[in-house]
Amino acid sequence: MPPATGGGLAETELRPRRGRCGPQATRAADRDVAARAAARNPKRPARGSRRFETASRWALLALVTLLSFATRFHRLDEPPHICWDETHFGKMGSYYINRTFFFDVHPPLGKMLIGLAGYLSGYDGTFLFQKPGDKYEHHSYMGMRGFCAFLGSWLVPFAYLTVLDLSKSLSAALLTAALLTFDTGCLTLSQYILLDPILMFFIMAAMLSMVKYNSCVDRPFSAPWWFWLSLTGVSLAGALGVKFVGLFIILQVGLNTIADLWYLFGDLSLSLVTVGKHLTARVLCLIVLPLALYTATFAVHFMVLSKSGPGDGFFSSAFQARLSGNNLHNASIPEHLAYGSVITVKNLQMAIGYLHSHRHLYPEGIGARQQQVTTYLHKDYNNLWIIKKHNTNSDPLDPSFPVEFVRHGDIIRLEHKETSRNLHSHYHEAPLTRKHYQVTGYGINGTGDSNDFWRIEVVNRKFGNRIKVLRSRIRLIHLVTGCVLGSSGKVLPKWGWEQLEVTCTPYLKETLNSIWNVEDHINPKLPNISLNVLQPSFPEILLESHMVMIWGNNGLKPKDNEFTSKPWHWPINYQGLRFSGVNDTDFRVYLLGNPVVWWLNLLSIALYLLSGSIIAIAMQRGTRVPAEVAGLSQVLLRGGGQVLLGWMLHYFPFFLMGRVLYFHHYFPAMLFSSMLTGILWDTLLRLCAWGLASWPLARGIHVAGILSLLLGTAYRLFALEPDLLPLFQYNYRQFSSPEDCLSSPEFLDHIRKVMLVIDAAVTNVEDLSSLEEYLVSLGRKHRTVGVKLSSFSTVGESLLYMLEKCLGPAFTPATRAAWSQLYGAVVQAMSRGWDGE
Amino acid sequence: MWGFLKRPVVVTADINLHLVALTGMGLLSRLWQLTYPRAVVFDEVYYGQYISFYMKRIFFLDDSGPPFGHMVLALGGYLGGFDGNFLWNRIGAEYSSNVPVWSLRLLPALAGALSVPMAYQIVLELHFSHCAAVGAALLMLIENALITQSRLMLLESVLIFFNLLAVLSYLKFFNCQKQSPFSLSWWFWLTLTGVACSCAVGIKYMGVFTYMLMLVVAAVHAWHLIGDQTLSNVRVFCHLLARAVALLVIPAVLYLLFFYVHLILLFRSGPHDQIMSSAFQASLEGGLARITQGQPLEVAFGSQVTLRSVFGKPVPCWLHSHQNTYPMIYENGRGSSHQQQVTCYPFKDVNNWWIVKDPRRHQLVVSSPLRPVRHGDMVQLVHGMTARSLNTHDVAAPMSPHSQEVSCYIDYNISMPAQNLWRLEIVNRRSDTEVWKTILSEVRFVHVNTSSVLKLSGAHLPDWGFRQLEIVGEKLSRGYHESTVWNVEEHRYGTSQEQREREWELNSPVQVDASRNLSFMARFSELQWRMLVLRSDDSEHKYSSSPLEWVTLDTNIAYWLHPRTSAQIHLLGNIVIWVSGSLALAIYMLLFLWYLLRRRRNVHDLPQDAWLRWVLVGALCAGGWAVNYLPFFLMEKTLFLYHYLPALTFQILLLPVVLQHISDHLCRSQLQRSVFSALVVAWYSSACHVSNTLRPLTYGDKSLSPEELKALRWKDSWDILIRKH
Repeated sequence: MPPATGGGLAETELRPRRGRCGPQATRAADRDVAARAAARNPKRPARGSRRFETASRWALLALVTLLSFATRFHRLDEPPHICWDETHFGKMGSYYINRTFFFDVHPPLGKMLIGLAGYLSGYDGTFLFQKPGDKYEHHSYMGMRGFCAFLGSWLVPFAYLTVLDLSKSLSAALLTAALLTFDTGCLTLSQYILLDPILMFFIMAAMLSMVKYNSCVDRPFSAPWWFWLSLTGVSLAGALGVKFVGLFIILQVGLNTIADLWYLFGDLSLSLVTVGKHLTARVLCLIVLPLALYTATFAVHFMVLSKSGPGDGFFSSAFQARLSGNNLHNASIPEHLAYGSVITVKNLQMAIGYLHSHRHLYPEGIGARQQQVTTYLHKDYNNLWIIKKHNTNSDPLDPSFPVEFVRHGDIIRLEHKETSRNLHSHYHEAPLTRKHYQVTGYGINGTGDSNDFWRIEVVNRKFGNRIKVLRSRIRLIHLVTGCVLGSSGKVLPKWGWEQLEVTCTPYLKETLNSIWNVEDHINPKLPNISLNVLQPSFPEILLESHMVMIWGNNGLKPKDNEFTSKPWHWPINYQGLRFSGVNDTDFRVYLLGNPVVWWLNLLSIALYLLSGSIIAIAMQRGTRVPAEVAGLSQVLLRGGGQVLLGWMLHYFPFFLMGRVLYFHHYFPAMLFSSMLTGILWDTLLRLCAWGLASWPLARGIHVAGILSLLLGTAYRLFALEPDLLPLFQYNYRQFSSPEDCLSSPEFLDHIRKVMLVIDAAVTNVEDLSSLEEYLVSLGRKHRTVGVKLSSFSTVGESLLYMLEKCLGPAFTPATRAAWSQLYGAVVQAMSRGWDGE
Repeated sequence: MWGFLKRPVVVTADINLHLVALTGMGLLSRLWQLTYPRAVVFDEVYYGQYISFYMKRIFFLDDSGPPFGHMVLALGGYLGGFDGNFLWNRIGAEYSSNVPVWSLRLLPALAGALSVPMAYQIVLELHFSHCAAVGAALLMLIENALITQSRLMLLESVLIFFNLLAVLSYLKFFNCQKQSPFSLSWWFWLTLTGVACSCAVGIKYMGVFTYMLMLVVAAVHAWHLIGDQTLSNVRVFCHLLARAVALLVIPAVLYLLFFYVHLILLFRSGPHDQIMSSAFQASLEGGLARITQGQPLEVAFGSQVTLRSVFGKPVPCWLHSHQNTYPMIYENGRGSSHQQQVTCYPFKDVNNWWIVKDPRRHQLVVSSPLRPVRHGDMVQLVHGMTARSLNTHDVAAPMSPHSQEVSCYIDYNISMPAQNLWRLEIVNRRSDTEVWKTILSEVRFVHVNTSSVLKLSGAHLPDWGFRQLEIVGEKLSRGYHESTVWNVEEHRYGTSQEQREREWELNSPVQVDASRNLSFMARFSELQWRMLVLRSDDSEHKYSSSPLEWVTLDTNIAYWLHPRTSAQIHLLGNIVIWVSGSLALAIYMLLFLWYLLRRRRNVHDLPQDAWLRWVLVGALCAGGWAVNYLPFFLMEKTLFLYHYLPALTFQILLLPVVLQHISDHLCRSQLQRSVFSALVVAWYSSACHVSNTLRPLTYGDKSLSPEELKALRWKDSWDILIRKH
């Protein structure tokens, strides 16, 4: 009887493999498991069959990988237009090819890889990537999509191997692989030019290599141990290099490492020197190596992007001087400020601009009716100011005067070059920020009053130091009121030409809004130096770009009155993301998880917490359990615990984030929860099987087989023949997509019926004729709704396929023949219903 | 039974004179000259207004914390017979004679005073020496920032009191557990832990951190209990159940009780009404209730209604229209339909009235019998004053061009037909045939032709739209958002057939009959929700500071300055205590780590019971510091130095414990021990000296000369006010 193969499955998996890293999940229960396996399997298989087993394991892995690749690459070229964020990341790939500088809130590795893939596949970087829906036409985009799909395809085998290592159970691994392969969300997300497949690839790679290296724990400092340890480090660098979300997996690996070291430290058989070696190895591979690689990606990033581009404005003046094409590039200006210098002053806060004034007055009723002072983002003659001494009005550029440098702590006057008015402040409230003072232009031809005096200070420098162009961060403190010149960043109304408000803030808090630097500097009496001398060093660039990225991330705030995705929406698959199909295009792509998979995951987490705490309490109460249950509990607590930790670390921090969130942020967590589902159900079913041991053991395992079949077949059905979809219209409801149909209760009911028929056939395999009448009528029913006979063979094919996948090596050709014979008999009986009447 | 006749009745009292003396000193330091200064000091201006609201029974909404804290302060006002008549508008304003300053400041001062003996008790219950316990109490006594904060109408000292009470009662309970579980005192202390925790949460949301800490410690102890195999399963279950009831159920019930009392006390409408929903407002006396009393409940075809946006952001407003049309061409060159404007208007106005019309009939009055409007019905909304109907079409809205324009339809006869059918969806319906109810129903209007929904976009229209808020039609597929939800606020059945008559009717007030009540849970959940989501954008303050500045006391807050002299009150800590507290914490962490690592290698420096004590102290004191301090790094609101005080008290508790540990375990000889004790005494006297030096800034009772003030400015970042003459 074919289905009895389930029993054999359990035994083959639990045997420790020789010549590779030993099992990791249960160091203590290890011996028990081995003993148990030996006890149940008294005749150890011959060497030949072991070789066969290894081969079949590899074959299974290959199969999983192949299936994953097949689904991800299937119709990858469609739709041939920009989908969703491809418009950003494709564009950024082009920037790398064109070597123009840009700004993004994520670290550069992901986009660099996309750019590389595009470059290698012959994309020339000329496509504009303007908005979603634009057609690619002759531009080569398949290289970039193919690269993302390639990395996305590896998620399934990685998850498969991770679960296999954690649970030592093929069926758990297969269930996980099936969940991920057939999840529409993972599928969709892997098919486009996005950062997510790259990020998830590195996250899963880190997880896999961490688990692998954990299982090498009995052979420390061996080659595989070093290999997996350093691979973990490399993957961590990759994950962090793509998005800052990579920090979560770093946290997980960190926690795991601390626990690991703690265990080693408590092992009194190890000398302190050995423990020290362990510590050093981890510091090297998990801290030094990733940091070096991460820094290297930035080095490459800055090296490749050497031309001025759209990202310049986000960075400081000194940084811009690096970029060819920028007006600061190769410029030469005097280095130290002196009295009489003509300068422009730029705010250090991003996107505020230059200190500016013009011949327009503040309108009636808004402070004093004096000349406006604003900040302005563009370069213009009205941005020029002259530094003068506060007490004399003589022209310092007179050649008879010696050059006098401006120093930290000096009292100065800033005269607007075009209008000859002084920068001025007084006790009037600022136009928009009522708690601050108004800043105006005042005086005639440079003669004003004591409210025009400002003390110039350099942040974190000593008194008496000279002030450098570009590099010095300066503060202007109003002498009379003691307030600090700053920009609030608020846009003035029309009377202020929609430039930004400048205020003098009485709150002496250090914010970038009140810190400035000098950008242009003209002084004929001073020698010019090339700005290349002032170029920031690499660590400075690195620091600055991180500050800008963090600022950018914080700036992505949701607005009121906007629909935003909330973290609690995600696990319940509340709302998807529209990838394509805004403007009635032919292809509509919608990112939505497969509800069966997602809700099963959700259920599994609840079930895991329940069963986990029951087991933990039972153990704490000292309940005695048989070795078999103890082993399974260990798998559940340790293996499952690790995966659950991964899910929590990749999910809960989003609740604390203030930035705009999207549905796709959940996918790394979803990978972990799918792995948990695999481990949980397999272990629970095994526990059930053990509990029902008085019945035929196969019974429990049977349930496991049926369940995974159920999930898998459901999907194979439509992957093989999409035309089948319209046939499943229950209650006259039209399903717009396979997802809708598959999640409908009617469909699940149908699947259950199909399985019942197959089950009945299996049970009555000796006497199929007793079912004959039922099957004939069933056939008639199917004909009346318009099912083609050939569709049955599709179902049969997918059934055989799933059996093969789940049973692996146990699915011998003989079994296959038996199954197809059985299914053939069923279909034959049903087809009589067609011919009848 | 008559035993007491046979034996003498003896009362033996144990009086711990330490405790009495500490309490006395605590009371003296906190209550001395409590009414000075007789002026509004710093945040009293903020809490005072709420005390006035309580006295006048006017409803208010404050997002800074649950109502229990405000109620405690108001209790002081009640005891002093305060009538609430004082204008809290300026720091430094002199109190009028009707303000009972002493009783208003009494409760926080008592809480601050009682913290001193409680510190003593806690260290004793942790099984450290008397000496250490007295030390902890004395440090609390002379800590200037704690004194300042206790002597005013502020909540921190009350919060600290309940935090310490929670720790103390848990320790008492924990010590009872070993000797006599389920005894009377066991139950008492267990329950008191729960009560103190919920009071702490009720004072300020910050109390949640201490509550969480207590829950974690209790959970760890319960976990050990589960592992104790000498107990039967039933007994373990009873233990767990008792803890769950005392630490989870009782606090939850008490928290609800605070709100219950709050809502019972505040029954009059007030200035914060606008933030709340119409239903909530209608449940208050006066305000909206005066208008809505007696309105018919069910909206019928022919009803005259005003529609209020449920979202209420940026301001609460009503659906509005007026004679003016959209400009033919906008500033940016786009065109409009040039039909009548529809906006959202934040003031009551006759133009806010709309008539619900049945599309199949022509009449604008209610028919008899009434035909109520139900979920899913098709309606037209006719603007009362202009008799044009609400319309939307595929024309870009003025400010949000991705959405559709909403207008009142004017037929220009240019092949732009009216699209004025809307389907009514009741969002909070219980059944699919529910009737549209005044105030209670939250509804959406889905446009029949384009399936877009009527939405408040939040943008302000320019001058041509009189700066009113923009209304748009947004595609239904974008998901649910509160800005698409409306409710009927004012309602009457229209009876006038003629337009002129109708205009007169709209201008007349609605008739009156009975009031409508909302259940407590509905009011509680709304109030709680609003408190959590309300964001005040007042982000800058002269004395705001960042958490990093607190540990080293790099900042202070000037609370009050005498109007003429230079007497002033500052929130300024005793820097010796702050620095040594942080040092003690660092030493504790290092020693703990050291012992932990050594134990892992099987080297036991401390005997088992000393080690357990050491761990428990760390969990409660270092843990208490961490949970009350670290979360501030994640908060985006404006922070002040006084936020650090709860964390500081835990540091103060840790300080003598660490000193005793050093003396007991690290000083090897008697000589070392004596030297160390001498050092401790010297250190304590320096703390006393600092405390005494800073005393004028703490009590504000002495006017110092500018030189003396300058001499007190030990750190450049301290802002001590010096008058220029």
